[in-house]
Amino acid sequence: MTTAVAATGRKPATMSQALNRALRDAMADDPAVHVLGEDVGTLGGVFRITDGLAKEFGEDRCTDTPLAEAGILGTAVGMAMYGLRPVVEMQFDAFAYPALEQLISHVSRMRNRTRGALPMPITVRVPYGGGIGGVEHHSDSSEALYMATPGLHVVTPATVADAYGLLRAAIASDDPVVFLEPKRLYWSKADWEPGRPEEVPGIGTAVVRRRGTSATLITYGPSLPVCLEAAEAATAEGWDLEVVDLRSLVPLDEETVCASVRRTGRAVVVHEATGFGGPGGELAARITERCFHHLEAPVLRVTGFDIPYPPPMLEKHHLPGVDRVLDAVARLQWEADWTSPGSDSGDSRGSASGARGVPGTQGGAR
Amino acid sequence: MTVLEQPGAYRPTPPPAWQPRTDPAPLLPDEEPYRLLGTPAADALDPELLRLLHGHLVRGRRYNTQATALTRQGRLAVYPSSTGQEACEVAAALALEERDWLFPSYRDTLAAVARGLDPVQALTLLRGDWHTGYDPHEHRVAPLATPLATQLPHAVGLAHAARLKGDDVVALAMVGDGGTSEGDFHEALNFAAVWRAPVVFLVQNNGFAISVPLSKQTAAPSLAHKAVGYGVPGRLVDGNDAPAVLEVLTEAVRRARAGGGPTLVEAVTYRLDAHTNADDATRYRSDAEVTAWRSHDPVELVERELVRRDLVDADGLAAVREAAERMAAGLRERMNEDPDLDPMELFDHVYARRTARLREQAELLRAELAAAGAADGSAHGGGREGTDR
Ligand SMILES: Cc1ncc(C[n+]2csc(CCOP(=O)(O)OP(=O)(O)O)c2C)c(N)n1
Repeated sequence: MTTAVAATGRKPATMSQALNRALRDAMADDPAVHVLGEDVGTLGGVFRITDGLAKEFGEDRCTDTPLAEAGILGTAVGMAMYGLRPVVEMQFDAFAYPALEQLISHVSRMRNRTRGALPMPITVRVPYGGGIGGVEHHSDSSEALYMATPGLHVVTPATVADAYGLLRAAIASDDPVVFLEPKRLYWSKADWEPGRPEEVPGIGTAVVRRRGTSATLITYGPSLPVCLEAAEAATAEGWDLEVVDLRSLVPLDEETVCASVRRTGRAVVVHEATGFGGPGGELAARITERCFHHLEAPVLRVTGFDIPYPPPMLEKHHLPGVDRVLDAVARLQWEADWTSPGSDSGDSRGSASGARGVPGTQGGAR
Repeated sequence: MTVLEQPGAYRPTPPPAWQPRTDPAPLLPDEEPYRLLGTPAADALDPELLRLLHGHLVRGRRYNTQATALTRQGRLAVYPSSTGQEACEVAAALALEERDWLFPSYRDTLAAVARGLDPVQALTLLRGDWHTGYDPHEHRVAPLATPLATQLPHAVGLAHAARLKGDDVVALAMVGDGGTSEGDFHEALNFAAVWRAPVVFLVQNNGFAISVPLSKQTAAPSLAHKAVGYGVPGRLVDGNDAPAVLEVLTEAVRRARAGGGPTLVEAVTYRLDAHTNADDATRYRSDAEVTAWRSHDPVELVERELVRRDLVDADGLAAVREAAERMAAGLRERMNEDPDLDPMELFDHVYARRTARLREQAELLRAELAAAGAADGSAHGGGREGTDR
């Protein structure tokens, strides 16, 4: 049982190809791995992530199910009880909702309620997030729902290599993993070859994607490229930003996050999901609890607005982009008398005119 | 005005107590789909009805081809075509009285339009400027539902409420063959049966749920058979035979209105186009299959009948086509205008009254828009005031 990897150097690959490869290799390595979902067989999935699997492994290992998400995840529970490792595909983020009953009431707590007798090695793949012009119910970011459900791991890759490595790790995990796939990065490319899965940091590790000294941007999934771009742009203003890619929302790698914030003294959390009750709140709280004495400014959040996901023609106004991130960075020049209108939080808010500057180089910095 | 706005107007009557079924309507569907066209019964079809259906079908086909063309021009984000299924779409609209409600799925834009909706407003969801581009109360058409089968319990609830209120309103809910596998489908049928709600469920069995054929969706002899377990009559009809679909639906609506409870109608049809313009249908079906269905085209079936009975001449046919072309031209023209969007509307209608957080976020966007407007010299003043603050 080996993963056949020809060591022929790195070639350009898309995230969707890396995900497909991860599924293929996992199925080849372990006959217990089964893929099921809507349109995953003949069609290869609407995003082609399961392309060719039914042909290669047969329809019993890569199965077109009836159209019923609760049924898909519910039967996966039984399959897992019987020793299989189901990998289920939810076609789009919002169509996972019929399966939430199974996910929350059974998948997430089966191990706990059976005192460890019934682990649930299930991977639930959910394409999520916006930016692809999808119509209603095709662009939700529901990671907070999953994060708030004890017993689940929640991971999301932002790079081609991570797509492969994290999916392999998710399938290998003896606990259920909600594997969030950033739709708008499906076609992002990198020079890559599938290494051994253990070469990619596993579930529960964050990675510093860019070193910097003046503030930390904490992000994941679809917002990573936004943050990296913002960090480049900020150099023009004298800011040297560090960018942390969480990769894993549960468990959260607080060590990497806190080490970075202690170095830089300032933090902005960036994500597409709504701000209120969103992942950024948890991060801001943890950073405040653990790094209070190192903070030079409040932890800020740049998030989607607190609205139902908007229609595609308006989504560009909703999704946090480079400018909104830069405005938040500018606001990190915090002064003691800094007050906010309606100051229940600092997220998603900024001086759009963008009085950007470097701490210590412009008037008012501490 | 909604019920809630009329204090005192809402006097619920208790639902009828459960009784063993004495309804004479048989539960089991016939083995063969019900047909009219091509049978001796076709001779008795009212010429006016055939002409009415024909006009709707020709317009419907043209609407589908026009909307599909608009996706190629980037004017529509996506369009799930109902080409090949026009008979079901049109019959669903025509079977209802004005006071009744239609609950469409995302594929049923045409049914909504046949019921009188402005075609452009009906396409708003798919164009991407707003989620529901029309006021559901205006023509009693619920929002096009994308999460499958979720509209079915809504239809049951509305029909039940209307019944409690003493209104003889019927709800007709549309769902695809794939959607019948969802839990919501089963729960809706069961509720409707137990409450004897005046609902008609129309399953358009078009052969596929995206790529998955019916054989992988169900092992039942037909989808209409599913009704039996709930104590609901199931009916099987040729979904390309417009007068037949209309007759079966009209009968089901009549039965529902008269207190006879729900009916499940399965219309056997075929999706001639791909699932949407974004789908590659060659991956899962053969050209031969599509070609075979083309010879059972719902538009041509009615047209042939009109010609066979000498109910239309060449001028008449040309007039129908011209009317359809005019409709398409009007649609094209209006869809080629950029929609007038105000980003500030993002914060409207999230709550009846805007929260402090949303006011704050609206201020952020207003400032951004003003800054952008100042930068590009446009007159964008940062949006208008919200309507629900
Ligand atoms: C709850 C839910 N799951 C998945 C989807 C994605 N999806 C959209 S259309 C479709 C197939 C629907 O097939 P069917 O019910 O037969 O209707 P048709 O498209 O053939 O009209 C799927 C799987 C969805 N919209 N809602």
